[in-house]
Formats: sequence, structure tokens, C-alpha cells
Amino acid sequence: MSVVKADLGRISLSRLGLFKFLDRISSKPATRYLTYSVAVIFFFALILIPPILGILFKLNQVGQVFGNPLLQSRALAAVSASFEIALFVSLIDVVAGLPLAWFIARSKSKWLNFLDTLVDIPFILPTVALGYSLLLFWSQPGGVSSLFGASLISPGWLLVILLHFVFSFPIIVRVMVGALLDYHIVYEEASRTLGAPALTADRTVTLSILKPSLVSSFILAFARSISETGATLMVAGAFENGPVFISNALTEKLGEGPLVFVSFILIAVSFIIFAVITALGPRLKLPTKKVWPSFERRLSGSNIAVSRNTVMLVIFFLIVLLPSLFVALPAVYAVSNGTLSQALSRTGIWQGYWQSLLLSYFVGALVMLINTLIGLPMAVLIARRRAGALPSTALDVLVNIPLIVPSIALGVSMKFFWSNFAFIPEIVILIFAHISITYPYFVRAMASAIERIGMDLEEASRILGARPFTLFRTIILPLTKYSLFAGALLVFTRSVDETGATSAVVSTLKTAPILIVDWVNPRGTPTATASQIGLGIGFLVILSFAVLLVMRLVVRGKERKY
Amino acid sequence: MPEVKVENVTKKFGKGKIVAVDNVSLHVKDKEYFSLLGPSGCGKTTLLRLIAGLIQPDEGNIYIDGKLVNNVPPEDRGVGFVFQTYALFPHMDVWGNVTYGPRVKAWDTQQSNKIGREMLEMVRLFERSKAFPQELSGGMMQRVAVARALSAGSKLLLLDEPLGALDAKIRLELRYDIQKLVKDLELTAIHVTHDQSEAMAISDRIAVMRKGRVLQVGTPQELYMNPQEIFVANFVGEANFLEGYVVSVNENESVLELRGKLRVKVLDKNKSLGEKVVLAIRPEALELEKGHKKVENAMLGRIERLRFEGTNIRYEIRLENEDLVVVTRPTLVGEWFNVNEKVTVSFSPDKSFVFMYPSKGLREELMAE
Repeated sequence: MSVVKADLGRISLSRLGLFKFLDRISSKPATRYLTYSVAVIFFFALILIPPILGILFKLNQVGQVFGNPLLQSRALAAVSASFEIALFVSLIDVVAGLPLAWFIARSKSKWLNFLDTLVDIPFILPTVALGYSLLLFWSQPGGVSSLFGASLISPGWLLVILLHFVFSFPIIVRVMVGALLDYHIVYEEASRTLGAPALTADRTVTLSILKPSLVSSFILAFARSISETGATLMVAGAFENGPVFISNALTEKLGEGPLVFVSFILIAVSFIIFAVITALGPRLKLPTKKVWPSFERRLSGSNIAVSRNTVMLVIFFLIVLLPSLFVALPAVYAVSNGTLSQALSRTGIWQGYWQSLLLSYFVGALVMLINTLIGLPMAVLIARRRAGALPSTALDVLVNIPLIVPSIALGVSMKFFWSNFAFIPEIVILIFAHISITYPYFVRAMASAIERIGMDLEEASRILGARPFTLFRTIILPLTKYSLFAGALLVFTRSVDETGATSAVVSTLKTAPILIVDWVNPRGTPTATASQIGLGIGFLVILSFAVLLVMRLVVRGKERKY
Repeated sequence: MPEVKVENVTKKFGKGKIVAVDNVSLHVKDKEYFSLLGPSGCGKTTLLRLIAGLIQPDEGNIYIDGKLVNNVPPEDRGVGFVFQTYALFPHMDVWGNVTYGPRVKAWDTQQSNKIGREMLEMVRLFERSKAFPQELSGGMMQRVAVARALSAGSKLLLLDEPLGALDAKIRLELRYDIQKLVKDLELTAIHVTHDQSEAMAISDRIAVMRKGRVLQVGTPQELYMNPQEIFVANFVGEANFLEGYVVSVNENESVLELRGKLRVKVLDKNKSLGEKVVLAIRPEALELEKGHKKVENAMLGRIERLRFEGTNIRYEIRLENEDLVVVTRPTLVGEWFNVNEKVTVSFSPDKSFVFMYPSKGLREELMAE
């Protein structure tokens, strides 16, 4: 009966003529050009050009820094700390993440699904939640510090490194597990039959073949470390990296000079590093020529493997998972000490909190909607090389830029640009900034999903009579809807989570993560209690999970109809 | 010297629900070219991977050179393995692939280079040393895969459908090349294939497998001339299968009654009177004459369809008892017959096989999977 109803629903939609209309206009070349042109113009006009022009217009302000040696050395120290930490953390991520990825991809235990999910937790949690959680765990009474009397790790560079490790580690694991699962194990088997011990086979064959995934996961981890602002601010103490410096410069009202100086260097160096890794990555030779058979054979033994896996799991649980989840304690305590009822009655600081939360979700939802609509044609353009080989490749590279540029630097540049248009309200600039930062997540996810669909399916559909819109509706969309969902969700969570660009572009509005950073007030005494901060983070996390769950159910509902 | 013994080996997948290899025992002799033949999913590749050590048996033992190797990792079994997809390392050139074995065993560089050169010259690809796998044709990749498998000095070569991905013509050429190589180098080879003509052409002995079990082991001639099971008679070569009953058993022969009370004489005398049986006759063993003739084991019919196959002509003949039989005749020998023409089909009693009627029915017994 329900099937009949669903069919009737579909027929009535067709009868309305909407599909027919879209179908008819979709086969007209003008429609195609218009759709793609709008997507490309949107990308250049709103995402790529404003930050570039914004920073270039203000380059003359840099003189302010050169005239102040103290400020200059402080700014340079902050910038170099950013890159040193990002590089160090990404390397440690690879060293620690690879064995865990291997363990998850290759072991057959039924507990692995559980472990696999646990690995994602630091990735799903907003970074401000992670920052506060780590702060509580390592530095404040009530955390692991209480076992040692005083604060075990005070806010500073070490805690920043621990924080960046925690949130970038799951990226390496996630990407490498995927790569290992896609990898044809027959190469490894061939290597074993030719006499290579397990470790030699992994090193000389598997790792070499998986090098592109390794490089791209490294870039992602690196970019995430360079970009993160809010949580870093919480745990940095007196230490400054690039984003912390910009944030401090904003609150200390140091003027535009230092902002332009640091943002420009961060953007330029990130871009150069990305370009160098992209260009040299394929040529990068892993050390596969030399082999040490007896040594590697000993390291391939099952005892060594068990010890390696144990050490790695202990590191994961003690350094990554436990500190990430520690914020749950004050959140649970808030339920019993009356903080929850205060929060629900919207008294005191909670009034502002709920407004901020609403603002965060509103911006997140709108940005998700806009990027989905405008990112789809761009994804098709890139995946199917519709703009010709060279322009498509150029677009493919260009859409990554917001991903690799530190978000606070991007925010600073955008603020410079859009402040020229005084009539544009702050919330619109905030939305523009979030669109910029989250755009690559959607386009990347969709483009690679569309690339995976063989051209033969499209050709078969067209030969059977489907016009472009029907082809998209009946073939591309059903086959890519999970990537569409994943891409849209990434946009939403990244937007809700964002602190760097947000702190740069807003002066009156406060999104939830910015408000939480204010509560923690890293440079002074907290303006809220641990219970309040814990509960505030708790609401943010729970609501984000609820949105995720609802979206999953919506996608499933659609799946049943097919 | 490499001989391989497989004793009562069982391998299950999917939490024991799928029995890929079911209590198999085999003995592959030194310097023998041995084939595992069967339809896809019969367990032949699983058995080969068990021998290579890429997977471990649930039960039973595997011996290479008389040594129990159940717990020996693949790198220490001294086998060469040619994969169906070749598995040439895409990030290494031909030279890198072929010298990989000596390299990971840390052999002396000079020795590795010498072996690499010899192996590539043997497969006539030395001049393509610098090429990457994706720049080679299918046939070349296959030859590099063989050279690589042998470069580590193995005397036991395991080949998993090594010709499966090649064009028909190249497949024909390469199968003899591989066999000659194996014989020249005095290797032992175990070759997995689903192509019976390939197995027949190159093997010293063949094991026919179905549903994880070995049905029969023998030389190509033995399997063709004396199949022990209906499936073997059908899979190795081709056969007509006619259902009937044993109506008399004499000292030298038996008489079967087929459908339509058609009686024929066969040499088999091991079946009991009244037993339901299946008579198998190869299409090339059937005689064909125009008109209705009174000859031994004559079966009258009419040509229903004719297919020209090049070397042979294939006639499908509807017998008077409604059974359908296929007869093949060499195209260039004797006269041709026409569709609808009345013919007499006959066979010599010594060129037929009689099997017990299978408990699950004839159709099920003939199914490949």
C-alpha cells in the first residue's frame, strides 16, 4: 500500500510538470552554461577573490610591524611556532596513526567496529570541547593533575601540541583505514611469496602504493593544525602561535599592521607548503630500496606486533580518548548541582548562550544549504572535466585553497575586504566567511563521489533517453547521495565548530564556540564555572549529534523509496 | 626437490558456513606440471593459496619437499606465485619487479642483477626493463609476472589462472611457453584454470574439482577416456547424457533401455539389473549416416539444427524418442548433412560410459556451480 502511495506521490510530482520542465530546459546548452557559470562566478566572487584582495589592499599597513622590532619578533615567533607545531604534530600523527589504521583495517576482531567509532570521537567533537576537555584533564584540579598535586601540564606549547595531536590524529587514521581497505592486498601477497617478511612487504610495497593517501592525509592534518584557533587559545597560556597571535592582536587592539603581517605570512607560507607537497609528493621516494631481512623478520614476529599494537592502543586511550571525553564529567555534575535548571530557565549567562547556539545552527544550516546548491555544479564540473582538461584541473586545485589557509587569516582578509562595503551587516559577512571555509569540504566529497561513477552509466542513461536533469536525478544523485550527505554534514559541523574566521569577522555577534572561549577566558579568570562551561559544551555536542541523527534518518527514508 | 602433499585439508569461510576446500588430499610429484581444473567457485584458487601459505587451513596438513609447512609464512615456503591479475608492483619498473625477490632476500647485488637479466632474457623482455607495468601489454605483463615469480630461485611455481586475462590467441601461445619453461627449468608447477582445453594441453596430470572437493585425478587422457563421474565426463571434453535402465547384464556387456524403449549395448557390466543409469557418449564418438540404417546401437532421428564452428560442424539431432543428442564431425572430412534430414546415429559400445543415476538428479549433477 505504501509503495502505491509513494508511486502516486511521484506521479503527481511529474504531473505537476516540474520534472518535465527541468528536464526540457536541462538539455538546452544555454542552461548548462548558465548553471556552470553561476557556480564558477560564485566561487571566484565570494570565496577566492575577496580574501586575496582584502589582504593585498592592506599590505601597506605592514610597515607598522617593521617599525616595532619587539612586535615584529613576537609576530615572527608566533608564525614559526604555528608551522613547527603543525609539522611536528602531523609527523607524530603519521607515526602513531599508521599502526592504528593498519590494526583497524587488517584485524578481524568484532571489537574493531567499536574501536573504529571511538577513533572518530575527537573528530566529531567541536574543537572548543576538546580544548576545554584537555585543559581540565591535564591542567586543572579535578583532572589527572590531582594525582600529582599540582597542574601536570600547564597551558603552553606542550598542551597545544597535545591538543593538535588529539584532533588531527583521527584524520590520519580515517584516511589511511579507507586507503588500506581499498588497497588490493594481492600486491602484499605477491611480495610475501617473493620472500619478503611482513614488515618488508608493508614498507616496500603497500606503503609505496598508498603514498598518495599518506601525503593527502598529512596535508589535511597539517592544515587543520595550522588553522585551529578557539581551542588553541584555551590551552595556549602565554604561548602564541599564528592564530593565537591574531586573536590576541584583535583583543589588544594592536591595529591592522600586525594582523596583515601575520595573516599574509600564514596564507603565503601555507600556500607554498601545499604547492610544494602537491608538486613533490608524487616524486617523493619512500625508503624502499634497502632491506634488512633478518632485522625486519624479527620485527615482523607476532610478539613484536602484539606489543606494538598494545603500546599504540594505550597511547590512543590515554593521550587521545580519555582527555577528549573528560569534559563529560563537569557536564554530568551540572545536572545535579542546579546548573541544568538555570540553563533551562535561561537566567544569567544562559540567555546569551541560547542566542549564540541558535545563531550557530542558523548559520550552519544556511551555509550548508548554499554550499550544497552552489557546490554541486562545481563538483560535476571538476569530476567530469566539463570546463576542459586544464581549466578543470585549475579549478580542482583552487577549490582546496580555503582548506589549507589558516581560517583566522582568511577571516582577517575577508573582514578587510567586506568592511569596504559598510552597508553589509555583520551576520552576512559571518555567513560569507563560513561559506568560504566550508566550501571545499562539500565540493571535494561530491567531486570524488561523481568521479567514482563510471562514464558508461551516464552514457547508458543518455542512450536510453534520459536528459541531463533526469540523468542527474536518477543516476548521479542516487549513487552519490551518501557523499552528498557526508559533504553537507561536514559543512554544517565545520561551520558550527568554527572559531578562527568567526573571531576575525564579528565584533558584536557571538556564535556558541566563541561564547564558550569567552567563558573560559584564557587570558584571565573564567567568566563561568566549570559546570556551566561543561554543560554549555554538552548542549553543543548533544544538539550536533541530534542534527546528525536526524539527517541520517532523512537519508535512510529516501533510500527506502528507491 | 619440490613435491607437494596435501593431506585432508579443509578451509572454511564466513564463520564456517562456506566450505571452500573440503577434505582434499593430493600428491603433486617433483617436476610435474599439475593442474587444478574446475568451474569458478570450486575452491581451486583457495587450495593454491593454502599451498602458498597466503591463508591457513582449518584442518589437515600441507607438505612441501616432505616438510610440514602449515605454520611456515609464505616468504619462507620457497614458492613462486603468478597471480591472476599479475600483481606487478605499479610503483616499480619491470627491472624493479623482477629483482624484488632477490632484493628482499638481501642477495648479493651482482647475483641479483645476473638473475634479473637472465629471467628477463628468458621471457624476452630485457629491453623493456625500464618500462612500468601500465606501459606493457597483457601478454608482456604476464611474462614479467612469471619472470618475477622465478627470480627468487623457487623450484615450485604456483599459477593462479595465469592466462585468464589474455586474448584467446595470445593465451594459446603463452600456455605452451609457460609449459616449456617449466619443463626446461625442471620445475614443479601447479596451475589453476577453469579452461579444460588449457589444462588438457599442458598438464601431466589434472585434478578436477567441484564444490571444494577433488572428484578425480589423472592424466588428460585418463580423464577424457575414463571419467569416473558424470561431472568429469561433462567438464573434461563434452558428452551427451541419456537416461535409462539396465535391462540385461551378460558376461561381457549390458543392455540399457533408453526413453522410447530404445535399447543399446554397452560394455559396462558393473550395474545391476533394473538400476536407473545415465549413458554418456562424446559427440565426436557418435557415428552419423544418412537415412535410417540398421547398425549396432542405432538411434534414429532428424537433424534439428546445424552449427558451423570452423574446425567442426555441430549437429543437434532430435531422436525418435525425443532425446536430443549432439554429434560433431570434422568439417573437411566426409559429407555434410542438412537440417531436417533423417539420419541414423550410432556408437560403438566401447566408446560409451555408464554412470549410476545421481541421487540429486542429472541436471543438478551437471551444474557447474
